[in-house]
Amino acid sequence: MDSFEGNFELKEIQKLEGHTDRVWNLAWNPATGISGIPAMLASCSGDKTVRIWQQNSFDTSWECKAVLDETHTRTVRSCAWSPCGKLLATASFDATTSIWANVGGDFECVSTLEGHENEVKSVSWNPAGSLLATCSRDKSVWIWEVLPGNECECLSILQGHSQDVKMVQWHPFLDLLFTCSYDNTIKIWAEDGDSDDWHCVQTLNETSNGHSSTVWALSFNATGDRMVTCSDDLSLKIWESDPKATPPAEDGFTPWRHVSTLSGYHDRTIFSVHWSREGIIASGAADDAIRLFVRNEEVDGPSYKLLLRKEKAHEMDVNAVQWSSQETRLLASASDDGTIKIWELASVA
Amino acid sequence: MGSSFNSCVEFLNWGNVGGLYRIYFCFSPLLFTGLHPYLESLHCNSNSSLFHLFTTPDLFSFIFLTVLHHIRDIKDPEHPYSLEELKVVSEDAVEVNDKHSHVRVTFTPTVQHCSMATIIGLCLRVKLMRSLPPRYKVDIRVAPGTHATEAAVNKQLNDKERVAAALENPGLVDMVDQCLAPTYE
Repeated sequence: MDSFEGNFELKEIQKLEGHTDRVWNLAWNPATGISGIPAMLASCSGDKTVRIWQQNSFDTSWECKAVLDETHTRTVRSCAWSPCGKLLATASFDATTSIWANVGGDFECVSTLEGHENEVKSVSWNPAGSLLATCSRDKSVWIWEVLPGNECECLSILQGHSQDVKMVQWHPFLDLLFTCSYDNTIKIWAEDGDSDDWHCVQTLNETSNGHSSTVWALSFNATGDRMVTCSDDLSLKIWESDPKATPPAEDGFTPWRHVSTLSGYHDRTIFSVHWSREGIIASGAADDAIRLFVRNEEVDGPSYKLLLRKEKAHEMDVNAVQWSSQETRLLASASDDGTIKIWELASVA
Repeated sequence: MGSSFNSCVEFLNWGNVGGLYRIYFCFSPLLFTGLHPYLESLHCNSNSSLFHLFTTPDLFSFIFLTVLHHIRDIKDPEHPYSLEELKVVSEDAVEVNDKHSHVRVTFTPTVQHCSMATIIGLCLRVKLMRSLPPRYKVDIRVAPGTHATEAAVNKQLNDKERVAAALENPGLVDMVDQCLAPTYE
């Protein structure tokens, strides 16, 4: 890991305009941006559409390649690419989740997942691309198996959160599901043997040094042994799963424990957090700002420090920040101002 | 806003309340002739009405009065009266910090167990969303100690995802629009 000495700036590369309402979320296609395949982004909005953006190979500028509309009838809250980059899942306030396939450059809705009682807020693929998780204001989390032909079958319905579930996120290597909620907790779910039954193996709440208000998002570091969460309580928290510090349970699960809290950096709700492969944590909040944090190497123990503050990154709330899956120093952000911005983290002399 | 407005504003007192600057000043109803149509139609029944305000008078008072004007006529969903008549919102319910583009509205539910508190709060938020420039951050809360489930009501009113979802629910939007009808432009 690089040590981050010197000064950095977040340079705005391009502003992507086209959505006619707030942009809630975005996702880099993990199979693009390498081997000459142009980088691709999906974004979703309160305008009920999903937009596909692609980088032009001649001048590296971004343009909108497709608008996925007339499928969701309400806000599209979240989007996620399958690990192979061929399928895009979109979660909507219309209570459905859609799966789109890229067929020769055109996106077709190939499957619709119905079952939640009301707004679906987040969707996530497991590392193998064989399972999907969704969550809703109905307090439940559903696990779906993706069958041949892109049909999906519900395997399990997880009840445990006492309020709406804001985000679902699979662990980067293990089939462990992490969920965070309006009930201020983060829950971790694992499968019982081969029974297709899932149960909660750990709850991180205020008594485990957790958050005191809604937990909006979470993200893992590259090695999967640390997690960062962000909250309406205006803090970011770092969690660790270390078999040396906390002995694994009989089923092999190593519990997570709180190691650090970053507070005093945002003064309104923090909606989004994303950990880059090289170890930079980006956060986006309702104060219109983006903050970057890195491990503080000057002190012993798990401490993190501010690398950069970008005030007025957008004209309104920043709803999502996400690092490129390939070029580690490219960051995309989405905002209530209806735009997406592509940023480059550059060192300044 | 003309300079006549500035000169007529009389500063009585000001202080820093909860991080928000307030300036109390009084004005005469005559001020509103020839000014912004919202302000012209603002009925001021007392020559010594006190309004809580912010720093420099022209822009700030304009915003403040716009805010107050926009919300005072909102109807209670359960009564044919406006929120101001019911003393659900009053002049001192609005705090504006223009420098930080921040507005906070504190309202007092009619009874401790008022089931309509979240609807009233939603009406206040929608009215301000439709009236204020988008740069404003708006916080809505019930007055401390005035509602049985104060924390839950406040949390819901300030969760923008829940507000966004509520505003895609046709039944709720109808109700909000009815409450906002008197000043709905």
